[in-house]
Amino acid sequence: MWEQTLRFFSLQDANVRYVVFGSILLAGATGVLGCFAFLRKRSLLGDAIAHATLPGVCLAYLSTGSKEPYVLLLGAIATGWLGTLCVDWIRRFSPVKEDAAIGIVLSVFFGAGILLLTTIQSMGQASQAGLDKFLFGQTASLMKRDILILGGLAFFLCVVCFLAFKEFKLLCFDVEFARSIGLPVRLLETVLTTLVVAAIAIGLQMVGVVLMAALLITPAAAARQWTDNLTRMVWLSGLIGAFSGVAGSFISSLAPRMPTGPWMVVTLSILFGLSLILSPQRGYLTRLFRHTQTRTTIAAENILSTMYRYAEPNGRFLRPVSVRDILRYRSLTSVGALTVLRSLKRQGLVSETRGGWLLTELGIKSAENLLRRHRLWELYLTEQLNIPPHRVHRSADEVEHWITQDQEDQLVSLLDSPLRDPHEREIPQRKDE
Amino acid sequence: MSTTFWILLTACLTGIACGPIGCFLVLRRLVMMGDAISHAVLPGIVVGYLLTGVRDPFIMLAGALGVGIITAWLTGIVHHVGQVDEGASMGVVFTLLFAIGVILVSAYTGQVDLDADCVLYGEIAYVTWDTFQIGSTDMGPRAVWMLGGIVAMNVIFIVMFYKQLKICAFDPELASSLGIPTGVFHYLLMTMTAMTVVAAFESVGAILVVAMLAVPAATAYLLTRHLWFMLILSAVIGCLSGLLGYGLAALFDSSISGAMAVAAGILFLLAILFSPHHGIAVLWARRLLHNR
Repeated sequence: MWEQTLRFFSLQDANVRYVVFGSILLAGATGVLGCFAFLRKRSLLGDAIAHATLPGVCLAYLSTGSKEPYVLLLGAIATGWLGTLCVDWIRRFSPVKEDAAIGIVLSVFFGAGILLLTTIQSMGQASQAGLDKFLFGQTASLMKRDILILGGLAFFLCVVCFLAFKEFKLLCFDVEFARSIGLPVRLLETVLTTLVVAAIAIGLQMVGVVLMAALLITPAAAARQWTDNLTRMVWLSGLIGAFSGVAGSFISSLAPRMPTGPWMVVTLSILFGLSLILSPQRGYLTRLFRHTQTRTTIAAENILSTMYRYAEPNGRFLRPVSVRDILRYRSLTSVGALTVLRSLKRQGLVSETRGGWLLTELGIKSAENLLRRHRLWELYLTEQLNIPPHRVHRSADEVEHWITQDQEDQLVSLLDSPLRDPHEREIPQRKDE
Repeated sequence: MSTTFWILLTACLTGIACGPIGCFLVLRRLVMMGDAISHAVLPGIVVGYLLTGVRDPFIMLAGALGVGIITAWLTGIVHHVGQVDEGASMGVVFTLLFAIGVILVSAYTGQVDLDADCVLYGEIAYVTWDTFQIGSTDMGPRAVWMLGGIVAMNVIFIVMFYKQLKICAFDPELASSLGIPTGVFHYLLMTMTAMTVVAAFESVGAILVVAMLAVPAATAYLLTRHLWFMLILSAVIGCLSGLLGYGLAALFDSSISGAMAVAAGILFLLAILFSPHHGIAVLWARRLLHNR
């Protein structure tokens, strides 16, 4: 195993070298173009295009009798394009919706491809063996010539993308604006579609018709998790595609019967899954962390205001409040309440004594802040929105955590610096430091 | 009875099983979900086979059904957690599952009596090879029995819940305000789709199931404005595609299932051109007469 790994990565074997460079170029290019398809929400159209290339490959072979990569590629691009047009036509000229149009084009073109493929097979030509490789890809059998042609095309696609980057960017995000500043939107769309079709046609060589959608969608979806910047997303998506190409061909070199394409797809999906979980801005863990943090803050603020309310009627801030007292008003577990109380103690907002917990000077102040916001909001709801007083408490209980200083000032001036809330309780006044 | 008869019967039953379920997919804009489920069936079948070691249709059905439901569920997760649009989430999920299926098939080539090509485009021509026997009496191909069972189940399902399915298809909001559990019906529909896909999968293959689900239903959608008629029409068109496909395949000496998809596509094209309400040719002719 170690020996095999070493041999693979030292690139001694000429065949391995072609496969590795080929997969980096091809998967990289599809990753780059996939970004545009992804952002324009046309990912599944890519799936339809991939299936629609199959009859083109067969027709090209039938009409020329050659298996030259560029002949088959041209055939694939031609019917891929036709498939895209058909989806557009069906959408425009009939009440059939986009999803059905994609499903129809995908399956009918694929059916036509299978029909032609089996016809060629039954014609008994031994040389057709290469064609059905298009179903599942043929990375391992890529030759130097194939790599030169396909790699050259992949490179060309990336260059066009780079040159027209600004225009494509507008196409993805604001077509109306692009039109208003006089860009030839129809032409640009045609160019972009052609690039995507070409990228699909070259990606086919690696993963085949059925899994092609993954090569287009998954790198872009994974890259999207990490950044909001299109340039970075395109780079990242290309890199992810290229990495999966290397990983896929490496895994398939380890075992004799392991197919490259499916392993590329599995690698991509693993990267995508990791991105979903780990990405710093949108990742699941980040969101989980933020969620927990917000919940802890709310629980802490609720505990502070509950403790304040116990002392408020008679101003006895020296009487300790027990956990059970708190739980009477707040739906927390006693363990949860204790954890929050300890963290409040660390912040110096409460202190622990024998019979329970006490608010410190600082704690009283921040509880007053909360209560002021709570009661201002109650007053606002009753006075400005005419909501009956017995129905405002719940809303205020939620909103008190989110009111900012500015909003508080606005409420104060709107309500004329009020002193009492709708339940005739005192609104704690702000003390300037 | 002759092989041709059984092949034609299988083709017709596939059309009848897929058409009406396809109608609901078309109306609820879930066609690509049908596509995703039909791909995901592969790993389900392989895992079911590897775990039990027998090629029992019921185990395959259970495995495929499980993975079909996992597909719907995973797509939801990717869509919500990743804030990825629905189409792309489907694309990510079904390609992964299909890739796993292909890897399993190639890893256990010696043991699995499945061929990846065959999974893609099936082989309806061989239906008579696998027959169903009670005692020593030959009851005909197993596929016919399975498809017949699914047709019966689909008919019962649609007749029983016709009203609910109709409201869910056209106005989900009204449905939930009337107290119809739309979520339950969504998953019921997905389950019926998965079962139909598994049954049809042996005869037409994973991807061409999509043709039988989507194309006859969309053709019927163009031809009528009544749901009950659309359901019947889609079954008839599915049947017709099967018969025409057989003819085409004989003509080109090719795979029957591929030809069935092409035949369905031709019927759809005719409907786009000549449908009484929306047909391009009909509208054009009407305009011509009007201008004269």
